[in-house]
Amino acid sequence: MEELSWTGSFGSTLIPAITIASAVFLAGVILQLVMGFFAPEVKLQANTDGTLQSRGGLLGQLEKINGQVFTLIVLLGAAIIVVSWFMPYGKAGILGEIIKRFLPVWIALIVTFALSITFKRKLGLYGKLFDSTIGMIGFALVMFWVFTSIFVGVFDLIATHDPLQQISGIKNKTPGFPVPDGQDADFYPHYLLGGDNLARDIFSRVVHGSVIVMLIAPLATVFAFMVGITLGLPAGYHGGKLDTFLSFVANLILAFPVILLFYLLVTPEIVATGLPNFMGAFLFIFPLIFCGVLINSRYKTQGSKNTLYLAIVLVPLVLIYLMVISDTASPLVVWPPALDFIAIPSGILVVFVSVVFVNSPTVFRIVRGLALDIKTRDYVAAAQTRGEGTWYIMLWEILPNARGPLIVDFCLRIGYTTILLGTLGFFGLGLPPESPDWGSTINEGRKLLLIYAHPALPPAIALLSLVLGLNLLADGLREESLKD
Amino acid sequence: MGLFILRRLGLMILTALCLTFIVFWLTNLLPNLEKLAKTQGNARMSDEAVVSWLENRGYGQPTLIKYGEWLGVLPGYVIEGQDGTVRARCAPIGAEVDDTTPAFCGVLQGDWGQSTVFRNPVSEIIATRLGLTGKLMGFVLLLMIPGALIIGVLAGMREGSRLDRGLSTVSIMSTATPEYVSGVVLIAVFATPTFGMQFFKGTATSAMENATFENFLLPVVTIALYGMGYIARMTRASMTEVMTAQYVRTARLKGVSFTNIVMKHALRNALIAPFTVIMLQVPWLLNGVVIVETLFNYKGFGWTLVQAASNNDIELLLGVSVVSVFVVLFTQLISDIGYVFLNPRIRIS
Repeated sequence: MEELSWTGSFGSTLIPAITIASAVFLAGVILQLVMGFFAPEVKLQANTDGTLQSRGGLLGQLEKINGQVFTLIVLLGAAIIVVSWFMPYGKAGILGEIIKRFLPVWIALIVTFALSITFKRKLGLYGKLFDSTIGMIGFALVMFWVFTSIFVGVFDLIATHDPLQQISGIKNKTPGFPVPDGQDADFYPHYLLGGDNLARDIFSRVVHGSVIVMLIAPLATVFAFMVGITLGLPAGYHGGKLDTFLSFVANLILAFPVILLFYLLVTPEIVATGLPNFMGAFLFIFPLIFCGVLINSRYKTQGSKNTLYLAIVLVPLVLIYLMVISDTASPLVVWPPALDFIAIPSGILVVFVSVVFVNSPTVFRIVRGLALDIKTRDYVAAAQTRGEGTWYIMLWEILPNARGPLIVDFCLRIGYTTILLGTLGFFGLGLPPESPDWGSTINEGRKLLLIYAHPALPPAIALLSLVLGLNLLADGLREESLKD
Repeated sequence: MGLFILRRLGLMILTALCLTFIVFWLTNLLPNLEKLAKTQGNARMSDEAVVSWLENRGYGQPTLIKYGEWLGVLPGYVIEGQDGTVRARCAPIGAEVDDTTPAFCGVLQGDWGQSTVFRNPVSEIIATRLGLTGKLMGFVLLLMIPGALIIGVLAGMREGSRLDRGLSTVSIMSTATPEYVSGVVLIAVFATPTFGMQFFKGTATSAMENATFENFLLPVVTIALYGMGYIARMTRASMTEVMTAQYVRTARLKGVSFTNIVMKHALRNALIAPFTVIMLQVPWLLNGVVIVETLFNYKGFGWTLVQAASNNDIELLLGVSVVSVFVVLFTQLISDIGYVFLNPRIRIS
């Protein structure tokens, strides 16, 4: 097998075209910005013949041309994706082959966008997202990685090799290097993004890394929100000594340098004392409290319904809770090991607990601030006059009305959690060193960065695109929710 | 105002005490001490030998008492070991324990202890490392603050304009790029021959003595980029708020030119909020410093933190955490006081 070039047979046609178009577009945008400085502020001009003109003159022309160039870039990009699919293997270059590997993701993305845009008027805030370009770009980036992790983790598509498989002779080889002869017929013949220091396929490791990130980051953020909401609502609503104490503890954790905290919690010696397990036992109980109180405060007056709902929700949750926190390898065994069906690898548990621990105080402060603001509203006073319980007011009056800022912060916080996970991996803490998550791979790659730059770049760009997507999504959501 | 500062100072000291106690407790957990005994004494010590090694050096006392000794409010231990030698916390290693040995020696007396990894007094290490990090931070702030303020003011000047959208996207991108990503990308692009643009050096070790453009720009830019976006967005938010204020509208209706409105009327009021944000950003920069110093092998404060933490160098780690906690708390205090001073509405009431 020959070595693949980056662009294959596109190299002479489509790629130069898209490069030139992008350069023209960028130059145009910069020129437009500079000219916009000096141009008068013109929104709409009424012409004498009764028509409206948005902006005339040189700047207006430039705007029009730039719009057309952008359309051209999008069309060229689409052409590359479509054409590469019909090319035989190896002709489309590394880019084309990577695009082919992601085919299920493209299809899923197109279906999601087509459905969402068709029904966007019926979908509430989610539908409004498709009115903002920034929000759509962010959503596309996020969904790209969500779909990738689903297709890799559940259906085992996309990845070309096993993320741990080593093939001698491809150590630190550049992208597109062919696998030596003597493998099975259906063995993927190239390392698309090259090999790392242990001769593993970088492309497969990056897509497998998305599974770990997508498993931990959103879930850890949900847990941090449960802790923050359960503690922040009473602190903001009641105030007083409880508020002083909880705020003090939250500020205490926030004043800790995050990396020092990670080093203190994640070293093997501390893990051996079972401290992370105890912290997990403490932090994981908050979702139980939250769900229990949520149901109980609503159906307190309807006894049988209340018991039924509580049983349906709490019994499985308690079972899962006990199975999760009980670990035979740690001092915390509260559930018979024979019935323990959920075994979380201790590395993942430690990482999860420390990320939740670092995130919850910030969520607590946000929720507390929102509760302080909303408790002065009329509908809260109305509920108080009706004689509703305090938990009912907090969870069914204040919380739903605080949802806008909380949803936006949720998106931002998943991004921040992803960054934290990467930081942990970057310092080699928590997850095992062979784990394909992005932080660990960046850490692996940076050691030889000055000699071989290619192993560290793909995970870095992957992490960047996901966090950027989440930030753009949050920005789009904020903008659209403010329009109400 | 005086009472306010006093109360904040009291809260600060309480926070610092709690935090150092947590670090002290975590570093003094038994598995950590056993590891310390084995690295300091003999790697193949038996369990009894480990226990007696720890007992002889005062590690066997209750945590609260040890913490008090470290702090300098309780007298240091004097223990006659099972091997017959008398060891005291306050006596230098190898020196005889006699009447001249001081009773108290803790942080309050200025004795920060001895680093077990670097074999130097902790105060000495921290002083030199802080100096190096100070140099780095100085350049970062020099680059970050003007950059962020300019971006924020330009974006917030005309809300919703194309300039605003462009610059806002740039600042979102910069907040979405953690230091270890931008650092790796910058090194790969500008410090390796991969892309044919090898202008800078990928390590900053030589910058410790002699910082030049070539070896210091990449670490400084890496830290500044991540913090810049956030400050720029805060500046933009505060600028747009000011631009819609009544007095700006009055000025516009009077016919004051746009440049004059921005420079003379809006700018000063718009810069109050970013000041707080900049001060609160300093603790976040500390995180970036640790990552960047590790990545660029610049042996400053963050690098020391990683070394101390990964080798469980208890006294150095405590010193490092005391310093970083004080940095965090002091910047909070300064931002509170500064906010009051800058904002006449609060100052007068």
